[in-house]
Amino acid sequence: MTDMMRLIEPLIPALRRYARALLRNPTDADDLVQDCLEKAVSRWHQRQADGDARTWLFAIVHNLAVTQMRQRARRGTHMPIEDTAEANLAVAPTQESGLRHRDLMTALDALPEEQRSVLLLVTVEGLSYAETAQVLAIPTGTVMSRLSRARDRMIQLMDGAEAAVPAKRPLLRRVK
Amino acid sequence: MTTRPIAEDDLQGLVDERLDATRRSEVEAYLGDHPDARARVARMVALREEMRAAFAPIAAEPVPVQLNLSRIVEARRRPARPAWQAMAAGLLLLVGGAGGWGLREVVLPVPTGIEALAQEASTNYAVYAPDHTRPVELVAANRNELASWFSNRLKRPVGVPDLSGSGYRLMGGRLVATPQGPAGMLMYDDGHGARFVMLMRPMAQPGDAPMRAHTSEASNGYAWAQDGLGYSLVGAVDPTVLHPLANEIRRATAKAI
Repeated sequence: MTDMMRLIEPLIPALRRYARALLRNPTDADDLVQDCLEKAVSRWHQRQADGDARTWLFAIVHNLAVTQMRQRARRGTHMPIEDTAEANLAVAPTQESGLRHRDLMTALDALPEEQRSVLLLVTVEGLSYAETAQVLAIPTGTVMSRLSRARDRMIQLMDGAEAAVPAKRPLLRRVK
Repeated sequence: MTTRPIAEDDLQGLVDERLDATRRSEVEAYLGDHPDARARVARMVALREEMRAAFAPIAAEPVPVQLNLSRIVEARRRPARPAWQAMAAGLLLLVGGAGGWGLREVVLPVPTGIEALAQEASTNYAVYAPDHTRPVELVAANRNELASWFSNRLKRPVGVPDLSGSGYRLMGGRLVATPQGPAGMLMYDDGHGARFVMLMRPMAQPGDAPMRAHTSEASNGYAWAQDGLGYSLVGAVDPTVLHPLANEIRRATAKAI
């Protein structure tokens, strides 16, 4: 029990951050993390003892979030970006950084869900490629290709068409 | 020594700082000769930093009470509602169905006295304790102002108990409305995100009332009255934590009066 507390508790801030980055609504995100923690507490004994608590918890949050986003999409209630961008900021933005932040969030929202989660897990949460693959239950090679596409797409969306990053791409092939 | 050709994965690995030193210098050497790739990597690194900065504040926020792990573990341990309570609820439903809405005050009496106070405290706890933005109206730094504000509105001298000896910090307080008039609410935290509130208001009956435990869906509490002033301490913690604290407050306020 104390082992569980010791392993789970320090991860809660990061789980909240990942949930909020995916759902973009603070209340929904915290409710989701609460669901995750309840699941984690009740299923702790089912967890492989040698498994990593962090990837296990991120996988629970991720799967709950995906389910919720699909339900949202089915219901057709997608939250407008204008309403969420600033509400999600923990610190009040200055004018300029606020606009920049909004561009970033808009671009992130425009990514396909599968690219967005890879990009968030690797860059914001600092998971290794192998850990990210484990959370999302996909091969590491898929993590790499989604990561590359997600970054190019983000930059293109944020910097405009003149960035034209993909034009440079054929120089390099992915080598397995 | 031949160098493996530089691949897209190497550029991503460089951006994420996941390459070993040898490979990193090989990739950097490659970028030295390829300004387009160099510019792209630089932009990807900048994006990484922008994303980290944008989301960092969320992880720095205090964790809300609803995500307190001890509380979640505790809630699971708490036994399900005893059988007699379920039966009583069933019976109420039955009576409600037969007797209709008009009977509701007979079967579900409006609480009075200490019970009313307990309910008001639980309701206010549920509203204010999870509030991130402004859980209290007047912060603890103004302890004396808080005491004179409450004393003034409750029309009798009211103290602000200091629980720092038990490890609980006074956050501050606010005035709240109850059907019996204004009540003073104080909020404390334990430094780990768990909050308590204490509600105080004059009771219709003068004198003392013994301490009683009360519980709601989300919280536990203890309520009592002392010299016509009612107190209720509420928090989402185990009664074994709350009870000694309630006793400590009762002792402290008895001394103060």
